[in-house]
Amino acid sequence: MIRIGLDVGSTTLKCVVLSERGEILYKNYERHFSQITQKAAEMLAQIQAQFPQEARAQLCISGSAGMGFAEGMSIPFAQEVYATRVAIRRNLPKTDVVIELGGEDAKILFVSGNMEVRMNGSCAGGTGAFIDQMATLLEISPDEMNELSKRQNKIYSIASRCGVFAKSDIQPLLNQGARKEDVCASIFAAVVNQTIAGLAQGREIAGNIVYLGGPLTFFSELRRAFDLALHTEGLLPENSLYYVALGAALQADGEGFDLKDLTRRIARYTASGSYVGCRPLFESQAAYDAFVARHKKDEMRVTGCLKPDNIAYIGIDAGSTTVKAVVLDSEENIAFYRYLPNSGNPVPLVKAFLEEVYRRFPDIAIRAAASTGYGEEIIKNAFNADFGLVETIAHFTAAKKFDPDVDFIIDIGGQDIKCFKIRGGVIDNIFLNEACSSGCGSFLQTFAGALGYSIEDFAKEGLFADKPVDLGSRCTVFMNSSVKQAQKDGASLANISAGLSISVVKNALYKVIRVGSAAELGQHIVVQGGTFLNDAVLRAFEQEIGRDVVRPSLAGIMGAYGAALYAKQHQRTEWSGLLSRGALENFTHEVRAMTCNGCTNHCRLTINTFAGGKTFIGGNQCTKPLRTSHRSERYNLCDYKRELLAAFGSVHGRRQNIGLPMGLNFYELLPFWHTFLTRLGFGVTVSPKTTKQLYHLGQASIPSDTACYPAKLMHGHVQALIDAGVDAIFYPCMSYNIDEHLGDNHYNCPVVAYYPEVIASNMKSLQGIPFIHDYVGIHRPHDFPRKMHEILTRHFGDDISLRQVRSAAKAAYAAYETHMRRIREKGEEYLRLAKEKGLPVIVLAGRPYHLDGEICHGIDGFIADSGAVVVSEDSLGDEYVKAPTTVLNQWTYHSRLYAAARFIAESGDPHVNLVQLVSFGCGVDAITTDEVRKILESRSRIYTQIKIDEITNLGAVKIRLRSLFSAIGEKGGYTHA
Amino acid sequence: MPETRKVDDRGRIEFTKEMRKTYKILFPNMADIHFRILQNVFRAYGYNIELLTNDGQEVVDEGLKYVHNDICYPALLTIGQMISALKSGKYDLDHVALMMSQTGGGCRASNYIFLLRKALKNAGMGQVPVISVNLSGLEKNSGFQITLPLLRRALAALTYGDLLMLLSNQTRPYEKNPGETDAHVAAWVEKICAQFLQGKGFQPKAIRSALHEIVADFESIEILPVRCVKVGIVGEIYVKYSALANNHLEDFLRSQGCEVNVPGLMAFMLFKVDNRLEDIKLYGGNPLKALVVQALYNYLEVFETYTLDAVAASKRYHKPAAYREIKEMVRPLIGYGCKMGEGWLLTGEMIELIRSGYQNIVCAQPFGCLPNHIVGKGKIRQIRELYPQANIVPIDYDPGATRVNQENRIKLMLSVARENLPS
Repeated sequence: MIRIGLDVGSTTLKCVVLSERGEILYKNYERHFSQITQKAAEMLAQIQAQFPQEARAQLCISGSAGMGFAEGMSIPFAQEVYATRVAIRRNLPKTDVVIELGGEDAKILFVSGNMEVRMNGSCAGGTGAFIDQMATLLEISPDEMNELSKRQNKIYSIASRCGVFAKSDIQPLLNQGARKEDVCASIFAAVVNQTIAGLAQGREIAGNIVYLGGPLTFFSELRRAFDLALHTEGLLPENSLYYVALGAALQADGEGFDLKDLTRRIARYTASGSYVGCRPLFESQAAYDAFVARHKKDEMRVTGCLKPDNIAYIGIDAGSTTVKAVVLDSEENIAFYRYLPNSGNPVPLVKAFLEEVYRRFPDIAIRAAASTGYGEEIIKNAFNADFGLVETIAHFTAAKKFDPDVDFIIDIGGQDIKCFKIRGGVIDNIFLNEACSSGCGSFLQTFAGALGYSIEDFAKEGLFADKPVDLGSRCTVFMNSSVKQAQKDGASLANISAGLSISVVKNALYKVIRVGSAAELGQHIVVQGGTFLNDAVLRAFEQEIGRDVVRPSLAGIMGAYGAALYAKQHQRTEWSGLLSRGALENFTHEVRAMTCNGCTNHCRLTINTFAGGKTFIGGNQCTKPLRTSHRSERYNLCDYKRELLAAFGSVHGRRQNIGLPMGLNFYELLPFWHTFLTRLGFGVTVSPKTTKQLYHLGQASIPSDTACYPAKLMHGHVQALIDAGVDAIFYPCMSYNIDEHLGDNHYNCPVVAYYPEVIASNMKSLQGIPFIHDYVGIHRPHDFPRKMHEILTRHFGDDISLRQVRSAAKAAYAAYETHMRRIREKGEEYLRLAKEKGLPVIVLAGRPYHLDGEICHGIDGFIADSGAVVVSEDSLGDEYVKAPTTVLNQWTYHSRLYAAARFIAESGDPHVNLVQLVSFGCGVDAITTDEVRKILESRSRIYTQIKIDEITNLGAVKIRLRSLFSAIGEKGGYTHA
Repeated sequence: MPETRKVDDRGRIEFTKEMRKTYKILFPNMADIHFRILQNVFRAYGYNIELLTNDGQEVVDEGLKYVHNDICYPALLTIGQMISALKSGKYDLDHVALMMSQTGGGCRASNYIFLLRKALKNAGMGQVPVISVNLSGLEKNSGFQITLPLLRRALAALTYGDLLMLLSNQTRPYEKNPGETDAHVAAWVEKICAQFLQGKGFQPKAIRSALHEIVADFESIEILPVRCVKVGIVGEIYVKYSALANNHLEDFLRSQGCEVNVPGLMAFMLFKVDNRLEDIKLYGGNPLKALVVQALYNYLEVFETYTLDAVAASKRYHKPAAYREIKEMVRPLIGYGCKMGEGWLLTGEMIELIRSGYQNIVCAQPFGCLPNHIVGKGKIRQIRELYPQANIVPIDYDPGATRVNQENRIKLMLSVARENLPS
């Protein structure tokens, strides 16, 4: 009897047929486009055609997408990783590690020694789907990506954690004109980083390495990137696509199945389960017609010609996936517009647009032009537009045309969601999707594409669905499996389509804006963005919030429309400086990449040179490489804090040399521990400044990929200390922090408190080096010396006396007090100064460790460059007292946030505002952010939150900050960094 | 408003003595057997109390609506469960209160109660009082007090719960007549509850004899010599026990032919009390306070001993290690100061399970659980080094995680487990 192994992966179907002796007789590989049972039946039919003499066969199914129907039909099932192992043991018994990437999964299998398996759980970064997604973004095929990346010159750092973040790293690179070759290679490198960081979890990947699965089979450059990172040469075995199927076939046993009968049964198989549904979008055609008629009133007319005066205003919105451009006539009618897909570089698109404008309107008299969106800066520079404005202002300006009383705007574009509340005529509250793209158009697009539809047709399918699938609100990655599940449960395409439209809306509402009730949104809601052009999405939105909204018929070009209106309203000169017809003919654009050595950030710059030698530099994190006129005075308290800490550098001592990892709470306690140890006669080595390289040093030993970035950096710092050859590393566990009497208790968060435990258990390289991570209570100064004396005696013997410890402790507490006092004094000085000079103040509230440049990505500098005085949450002086809260206020660092918020709320000074930095994955901040917002909003103050992670894209950050500045009436108070 | 409400400076509505007479108290489920018995402890004290058992997507949806989506899953579910119940129309919103436990530790969980109040307010049900059940003196209510006698009965309830859970888990996969074990559990729960209502069944002597009776009764269930994969479950306390949170993990494992071992609740109670002693040992503190805490610790330990003694008397059932022994086992791996969430106890339970032959372990936690970065995922590598037979799979739970993915990972763990099963 033949043995068949069927591997039902997330995107593909593979089969292997074995002879009784275990030789491979036949194999096949196909994409299944989610039509799993149908394709499986086809595949079995093909096998029968190949082996007409075999009526019966043993069969075993593997693969996550096959679990359901294998169970439903009582066919043996083998877990796919286990199947891989069975196959590897048989074919390649000397293998130590298997790296297998699939459509939506990534796995590392440690075969030799203590067998371990790692699978990606919560994140799809680093899988085939991710590579496909990136290829789509670049508008090339994945194969072309492989070819291009062979010609790479440099690797950009792309956030490897999640496809969403990677996108937001890649988009600016493309917009700034980075070479595709380099971007492609960087994507492969990101996949490698993600796999290693996410899956190795402390175990070294070494020995004989085998590569399996689609992406590693098809992309030679991906294999090379792995080889490079692992310092080895992995093997791509024959049949590398078929190992799961092979393993399944090897496990097939029993009496076997009648093939014909089985094929028929599979073809007929529909899962028995039913799914949870929502109410239909439209009950009837009549309901739909009424809906269409209602939205008809917001139709925008395109005149196609200018008024006899030929006066025109131009607005350009260079978004992440599209470029939108509008020509207005002197009466603010749209004379002409274009909506163009942007494959990365908006410059040629805008050039073509302008050429067309000059051709269509030979006598055009352009009075003013403005650009906005991701590509605002480069477009403004390339074509000499008169204004650049932040997207939020552009959308607000446009929305006011439709409803002067607009109080809520939501714009859902391809990859971003922007929502803002308007209060008293200014933008008050902004919600952007920084961490999640699941509520966006590209989300629908991805699914439509996967099922072979255009997004418009796909969305239409769902209009009259009878029972839309309730997919809830969740990440795109998880949505894939939810959709799979729904298909399994027999949901029709129409119901899936409608379900996805509803989930886009739910994601936007519940994940991005997080509304409690529709009333919170506002009375006058204007929706914008291309995604709302889909009636299904618009209807779902109205249903979900229970209120009718305004959708301009050209919802997709509202940014450009707003920019043109803005240009008209702000026209300063008689003629626009926009490139004339003649200048456009001679327009050239060259791109060069280089690394800035202005500071230790080493930003990767892209230098765009336009006709006439005009240049535009992108990729910079500060204004240094721009050589623009420097503000002579810059007030940045974070710089001051960094200076203070720098004074506690590495020093020699008569005793052992102790390493201190400079991360997490050391950003505040360095003066304490440094003083304490040096007073006792120890030498101290402080780990170096954080860089990406330093992070990669320790990356492989991170056990939990969802811990916050600041914590993960600790692995690199400890490794750097080990490499520096210190005698011991001191990194104490601390449940409690010093009590500042700002809260009800003075805990550290669990991660800050106990991360040393993680280091101790996961960094093998620590072996032989004393790692002092005892539990220490500096919150009890009286008991501290005695307890610390016990600890030191345990590690260093008894030649340190209690008296010495007492005196060192005294000095340490004094050093700490001095340090904190200096910060407070500086804060007071800056606040005073700001008042005298009339400068805006931003209280940058976060954690002490947000000082780390690798963590805050220079946000403090950006704000200071914008002309605001930057102070920190712990520098607010005497006015700074415990804030009454509606949550349990029990963490020292977090109490400061509440106190700072209270300080600002009570100050009544509109020039002082708060920006909260939140590390991605910080569970505690899920609580603090809501509370800080509440405290500020209780006094009608604006709350601005910035989420930070490995991500280095500052685009979203700038939007927030510029909107904030604009809202507090500081227009023009910033420079274009 | 029917009564005058007492509201404190944070806007908290006190649960007053008057309310006790007319209000129904709802509380979210976690460990099913334990909580069903516990419910009757409160009833015996005159509280009109009801354990919530509503389940399903609706609970998740209500949670998502009213709780920050980055907050941990247990908060989202318990709050979702309560709001969903309140919205069901089954209760008079002016005569209903909610009850929730509050640990006061350094974990986010201490904040659930505040998040619940916020959620109630946003849902337009701000008049519903929320009662905090805590032993830290965090919040006080004149109409609801954890008195010493009540505490004693609650501890008895947990003791019964732990034993019934242990015995049923060790019997169910082997029973000859399907359903027999569950019938025994149900019968005992009913019997114990009835006793409690009569003011009986919680005196030391009564507990001890009842426990022995229970063991004997379970021993009478006929079993078959089946070979099962033995799987232990550890994790964040709520996700570990609550089927709502862990997608019916125990049922799934049983459907895969496993014997499931879920360590009991008493160790967690001991752990929370012991933490105070450890704090004083590590950082210094009032020796008088230490004495009081020590007394409470000793008191709890007696209850643990009752359970363990009862199991030890049986040849059929495996006796788990005592809290004290687990603490000793975990010493080489983690400091006793690690106390937030499940702290070192979670690491300790994994070791105890491995040493007891339950080397296959599901470590269940909410996605992004802060303490479990440390004591769960953070310690697995070292555990594997010390115990090469350990076969541990961490599973994250949140509204976005799908059952298919979770079950697939668990199946992998089971494949390896079956391979290691001695034939």
